[in-house]
Amino acid sequence: MPVLNLVQAVNDALRLEMRRDERVVILGEDVGKFGGVFRATAGLYEEFGENRVIDTPLSETGIIGTAIGMALYGMRPVPEIQFLDFIYSGYDQIVNELAKMRYRSGGQYTCPMVIRAPYGGGIKGGLYHSQSTESVFIHHAGLKVVVPSNPYDAKGLLLSALRQDDPVLFLEPKRIYRAARGEVPEGDYTVPLESAAIVREGDAVTVIAWGAMLHEAVAAVDRLAEEGIRCELIDLRTLWPLDIETVLGSVRKTGRAVIVHEAARTLGLGAEIAALIQERAFVYLEAPVKRITGWDTPFPYTLDEHYLPRAPRIEKGIRETLDFVA
Amino acid sequence: MKTAARRTRAKERKASEKYRLEGARALFLYRAMVRLRTIDERMITLQRQGRIGFYGACTGQEAASLGAAYALEPTDWIFPALREQGVMLLRGYPLVPFLAQCFGNSLDETKGRQMPSHPASRSVNQVSWGSCIGTQLPQAVGAALAAKLRGDPTVVMAFSGDGGTSTADFHAAMNFAGVYKAPVVFVVQNNHFAISVGRTRQTASESYAVKGVAYGIPGVQVDGNDARAVYAAAKEAVDRAREGGGPTLVECVTYRMGAHSTSDDPTRYRDPKEVEEWARRDPIERFKKSLIEEGIWSEEQDAALRKELLEEVNAAIATVEAAPDPEVETLFDDVYAQMPWNLREQREECLAAIAWEKARGLSSGH
Ligand SMILES: Cc1ncc(C[n+]2csc(CCOP(=O)(O)OP(=O)(O)O)c2C)c(N)n1
Ligand SMILES: [Mg+2]
Repeated sequence: MPVLNLVQAVNDALRLEMRRDERVVILGEDVGKFGGVFRATAGLYEEFGENRVIDTPLSETGIIGTAIGMALYGMRPVPEIQFLDFIYSGYDQIVNELAKMRYRSGGQYTCPMVIRAPYGGGIKGGLYHSQSTESVFIHHAGLKVVVPSNPYDAKGLLLSALRQDDPVLFLEPKRIYRAARGEVPEGDYTVPLESAAIVREGDAVTVIAWGAMLHEAVAAVDRLAEEGIRCELIDLRTLWPLDIETVLGSVRKTGRAVIVHEAARTLGLGAEIAALIQERAFVYLEAPVKRITGWDTPFPYTLDEHYLPRAPRIEKGIRETLDFVA
Repeated sequence: MKTAARRTRAKERKASEKYRLEGARALFLYRAMVRLRTIDERMITLQRQGRIGFYGACTGQEAASLGAAYALEPTDWIFPALREQGVMLLRGYPLVPFLAQCFGNSLDETKGRQMPSHPASRSVNQVSWGSCIGTQLPQAVGAALAAKLRGDPTVVMAFSGDGGTSTADFHAAMNFAGVYKAPVVFVVQNNHFAISVGRTRQTASESYAVKGVAYGIPGVQVDGNDARAVYAAAKEAVDRAREGGGPTLVECVTYRMGAHSTSDDPTRYRDPKEVEEWARRDPIERFKKSLIEEGIWSEEQDAALRKELLEEVNAAIATVEAAPDPEVETLFDDVYAQMPWNLREQREECLAAIAWEKARGLSSGH
């Protein structure tokens, strides 16, 4: 089986689906001949031509709005936003139009599309090449949000996203675009949306993470395993609608939960997960649900290593949760 | 459309006679251009050596960027885009904090918060630029409108790339500026690329200057590699704005001689012949040639200047590089005027985590 990195897996999924479904078109800044600033669309322009791999003028609202029109007309656009940080000029189109089209037209009009965007910190990108703002999109009903943490899932999840009928924001953790490598089957397969993966089984505590932070969590959990502490680590994969059963099943078993995300703490997805856990598994809890997250500041440049929740900080937080006695 | 283009060209000719840059002032601008080129070359090397993380150079656009800003008074305001950082040097900002911004260390006036090539300083009225293309343009209109409402003679200059003209913010800025007759000068650096995207995918318009017509704003297209022509066009626009004549759009036709940034490989998308052709129109070489022809400059003086500037830049780099990073606790400053409880708590949590890691021999800096 070929070994690919995460960005190659994304490329593979796009190519495969474009061969299979001629309604699929890509549009965005630098996606054509250049193949994307991260090479996610490399070779696609050559294979599919300029009518299916469309370089756009520099306008995110133009990209998203145009994609909405194409989707309404029956195509399956895959807009690329160069960095999630630059999506906001298209935010109105996404949250007021894309997310609500099905509802406001009584189900007559739909916009099946997958917006791909590299996101997240740890690449020395400063304020505007680092942010992790998944929760603001989840807050608007009508959008699905997906984050792969490895190449296998990236391809399988992207193919699933491209084959269902709701708009999906597909966030690619760019810090591990090349660092995350793994075997990826050639040809077709899917990983279902709305299903989390249990990455490590254990009974001491449930640790929930996704994207680049999953790898930090793995490092922390494996270190604790050396001391015989067995954590259950969940890769959420689809952030919304999230796999509530897997989360609750694990927490009922462990009685303790730690949520790790690089987004700012306040109103991050961790807040919603913590609320869901306490609403539905309160009697099982032996410790408060803990959030180990980015800080409630903009993303810094020089001090970015102190912003992200890295393995040592995660390990510390898990230990505190394990040591908690009421 | 054709008439508008003719009109803009006619303007260009007239302007260069009235606002010709001579003698010491021409040499001052030339020197600033060579200094910026020297800085860019050194910083790109430093980036390759891993000593700074990123760099966005002005190479090839020195005339367009500095020539335009040279038309401003010190009290005027600048809203830059990526390639106009050097403008603050022209306006007297010291080299050490300027370079420190690229290192993001404790000598950086902006406290290491932004990526390299994003400096700002109130001392020279150069406003902070984010990274999001186009956002500064309506802000510039607002600053200009405020100056007008307060009766100040301030003019605001707002820079954009050719790519930036495709943003909704560009449209809003032009429209508002026209409606309010704001004393703002928009300078579009048409360097022919927005990363890899060329002219034909950016606009179907015959020029960027002509876009002013639809907003009721005069548009001027100028040879952006001719420092004097840029200065003349900008000066005319600045004077008009100051006299209450409202906004102008100045398009500088130039070329991005280098990569988009240190993260880019332009050989993948552009023709080396085109690059060579534009290298022959290098704005610094052209300016030098004309200064020498006029007898106010010589090759010997030029060589001495370059040596002097390189020494100055290297000395500044040495000073800057020796400075420590900002203290970790500064990460939480400047989010609000007064730090709220959540940030106070998180600051403690951050410091406690670092102490815990140190005590266990771990380090988050991996
Ligand atoms: C809103 C937004 N979208 C995308 C980007 C990524 N990006 C950075 S620079 C750039 C091209 C800018 O082109 P132009 O405005 O012509 O300026 P130039 O780089 O040529 O000076 C792009 C697409 C961004 N910074 N902001
Ligand atoms: Mg450009």
